[in-house]
Amino acid sequence: MKELNSMRLEFPSRSANEGFARAAVAAFAAQLDMTLTELGDVKTAVSEAVTNCIVHAYPDMIGTVHMRVRIVDEETLEIQVKDKGRGIEDVDRAREPLFTTGGEDRSGMGFTIMESFMDDVKVRSKPGAGTTVTMRKKIEKRLPAR
Amino acid sequence: MKLTSTQNGGKLTLTISGELDHHEARALCVEMEERIEEVLPRDCVLDLRELRFMDSSGIAVILKVYKHMNALGGRLTVINVPDQPLRVLDASGIDRMIEITAGEPGS
Repeated sequence: MKELNSMRLEFPSRSANEGFARAAVAAFAAQLDMTLTELGDVKTAVSEAVTNCIVHAYPDMIGTVHMRVRIVDEETLEIQVKDKGRGIEDVDRAREPLFTTGGEDRSGMGFTIMESFMDDVKVRSKPGAGTTVTMRKKIEKRLPAR
Repeated sequence: MKLTSTQNGGKLTLTISGELDHHEARALCVEMEERIEEVLPRDCVLDLRELRFMDSSGIAVILKVYKHMNALGGRLTVINVPDQPLRVLDASGIDRMIEITAGEPGS
């Protein structure tokens, strides 16, 4: 796998940073010639992954959210969102549509949306140690404008 | 994030502008529930034409308003949904319960 470019970002798990994380990834991804739909999908998936860290990984404290974004194999955007929080007991269950431990403020659709908007979503988690979500999206090459 | 409301007889239109995520969801919910309680409308219309971004937090917000309107014996419709929020709503399957249109209803 060939890495063309990358960036790292870390920030405290404050909800005000959800919008910052989306905007930062969108600005980095602008070097790939994405359609508005692809860009919207990426921003949505980032928002879901970062919100999970804020709501579930660090429920009663402010922890650190680590992000790494890479462009690999010329046309694939890879986004990794990592926390050192509470971890997920049952990852398969957490990925089921409508499953949530967040009460009626949360829809339980976060992972479902990441999965439907990205080509590949991997979740590694260890209770008490943290969770790493790695998502990839292949950006279709478009014909050059001239 | 901003909420504006207009009332026309038994119809309350709530227009949400800006970005709707977890950071904004709770305050928005409180504000919308207050407007609904004030007016007790028959029809509540959520107009999303000025919504620039929405993630799954928005699904929970819309479901809450839907349940509130159901409890009042009223109806909720969601109109003028831009592309990005529409993709989120489509992925959630919420359109099986709630009437959602990308443009103005009937257009």
